[in-house]
Amino acid sequence: MKMEINKHNENILRMASVHPELVVLSADLGTSCEVKEFAQKYPDRYFSMGIAEQNMCSWAAGLAREGYRPYLHTFSVFLYRRILDQLEMSIAYPNLPVVFCGFVPGITTPGGVSHQSTNDIGVVRTIPNFAIFDVGDATEIERVLDLAWDFNGPVYIRQLRKEVPRLFPANKPMEFNKARVLSEGTDVVIFSSSIMTEEAMRATAALKNKGVSIEHLHISTLKPFTDPQVVESLKKVKYGAVTIENGTVIGGLGTCVAEVMAENAIGKPLLKVGLNDQYAHGASKMYLLEHYHLDAMELIKKVEKLMGKDLGIKKEDLEAIRFEDFSEV
Amino acid sequence: MADKVYTNEEILKAATKIRKSILGIALRIGGCYLAQACSSADLVATLYLRILNLGPSLGNKEALPFPGVPSPTNMDYQKGSTYNGYNPKNPDYSKDRFFVSCCHYASVIYCALVEAGRIDASAIEKFNVDGWNMEMIGAEHSPGFENTAGSLGQTISIAAGTAHAYKMKGHTGNIVCMLSDGEIEEGQDWECFQAASFYKLENLIVYVDKNGQQVEGYTKDVMPTEPLVERMHAFGWECVEVDGHNIDAITEASKTPHKGKPLMIICDTCPWQGIPLLKPMMPKHYPRIPKEQKEEFQKFYESM
Repeated sequence: MKMEINKHNENILRMASVHPELVVLSADLGTSCEVKEFAQKYPDRYFSMGIAEQNMCSWAAGLAREGYRPYLHTFSVFLYRRILDQLEMSIAYPNLPVVFCGFVPGITTPGGVSHQSTNDIGVVRTIPNFAIFDVGDATEIERVLDLAWDFNGPVYIRQLRKEVPRLFPANKPMEFNKARVLSEGTDVVIFSSSIMTEEAMRATAALKNKGVSIEHLHISTLKPFTDPQVVESLKKVKYGAVTIENGTVIGGLGTCVAEVMAENAIGKPLLKVGLNDQYAHGASKMYLLEHYHLDAMELIKKVEKLMGKDLGIKKEDLEAIRFEDFSEV
Repeated sequence: MADKVYTNEEILKAATKIRKSILGIALRIGGCYLAQACSSADLVATLYLRILNLGPSLGNKEALPFPGVPSPTNMDYQKGSTYNGYNPKNPDYSKDRFFVSCCHYASVIYCALVEAGRIDASAIEKFNVDGWNMEMIGAEHSPGFENTAGSLGQTISIAAGTAHAYKMKGHTGNIVCMLSDGEIEEGQDWECFQAASFYKLENLIVYVDKNGQQVEGYTKDVMPTEPLVERMHAFGWECVEVDGHNIDAITEASKTPHKGKPLMIICDTCPWQGIPLLKPMMPKHYPRIPKEQKEEFQKFYESM
């Protein structure tokens, strides 16, 4: 698997060269969010707002009202938990085209609970007018800013940084509100998002080896969540669905899928992999994935549970593909 | 400057009519934000009739049914800023913009719009009436309002962001923002004050109605914001304090030189100014007319 590096940096520079209205606001974390080069290349369009996210958010509303397209950069946790009221009253209510580029989503930071945005999807999903994107690989990073631009309203992005794998073909870009079908099958459907898709791909490969027919969808648009492919995949499988996400199981991808199942009267079991209504602590990604059971092995256990049988897959079977780790705060 | 030149007398008369209208509302519905009306009527009248450089209103003279909340399919509703002459489709950037942060002063703004000939007096009959755009606490669609300011502390930042945009684009209009003193307790105001001076927003002018009271009592007892002038100076702003009931003083203060700095004008005001019957009730955020005093207030209303 190819690792790519600093794709957001490249992408925001490309966007800036095409769209002169695009401006970047940073709450003293721009250098940690791949906009250092942007600041050097476009100093007049890079606004240092200091460690003051509330003001940054409402200030962006003023800029957006005057035709600028602000892209806010800091860690995702500071773009919803800390500033929810500003996000709602200054940006969401008037439906302004402001893009929240939230970095180190979920457990992709060793910074601990204060730095981990683990319930952001559930929270932001309740806010009218917002779109939510949760990118899964380098190919998606290359397109997500365009989708945010085209949405022309408030957008919350769970963005990945630095070394990111390219899981999807570079010529198959991310599409708005469209699931990516990674595997077709009829036994169990797996929905995965963010960095968990890589885990789900490992699990799917191991399950296929045991003769299990897996439908696997990667989800990168969490709001809106109306792609008919989701219903279609749910309908075609025999045993049920498993979701795996980089955050709490309450309010995020698992909940989105549950709502679709209920609305479409799809009476099959749904099992969710994610943080089980708890916060996480500070440690490496590899440790956190295993410690909180957010990994391929857990996904396989859930599939076994749905099918009512032990498939005999061992940890060693999953060793084929290894990750790069995130070690920096 | 407004096209018509108003004398101090005319401005004071307009301020009295604003207070009278709001007392009329209070007599009709039992209460209103009367203390805010008393404290700010002179300031708001001076802003609308003398200081603000606004184009003619583009809004409906009559009240409108609530146009619905903003959404991807509802962005072209009539904005509150159109009453201040702002045309979102074709703005005149030489004109001022007026952001009201203390939006529970909505009745004062609506009544000032009447005095400035921007809405009809009959529109006030729809104040706080279900289903209309003249809500008790204003939002984007309410006459005179740029934005939804009810959660305090945000409007100053939105105004500053607008001023930042005007500065970068070389627009000459000023961005004027009105605050009340209590809301300066919000941390976001101070985040904004430091950023506005960092970005040298000399096109940002803030008027504060310092009436010294808030919901739970006097500001000095709830959470003092003084010494505000010194604090603002320390934050890199130009700042002056004047008698908020003296039209000449407000006018002069608006001309305070503030090269390279945002300007704050603190208007020291009295929450029963013009309606002394209110004095024994103070401090009071939302005075109600006591049953036993209704006649007395009614009489005073007629004498105004």
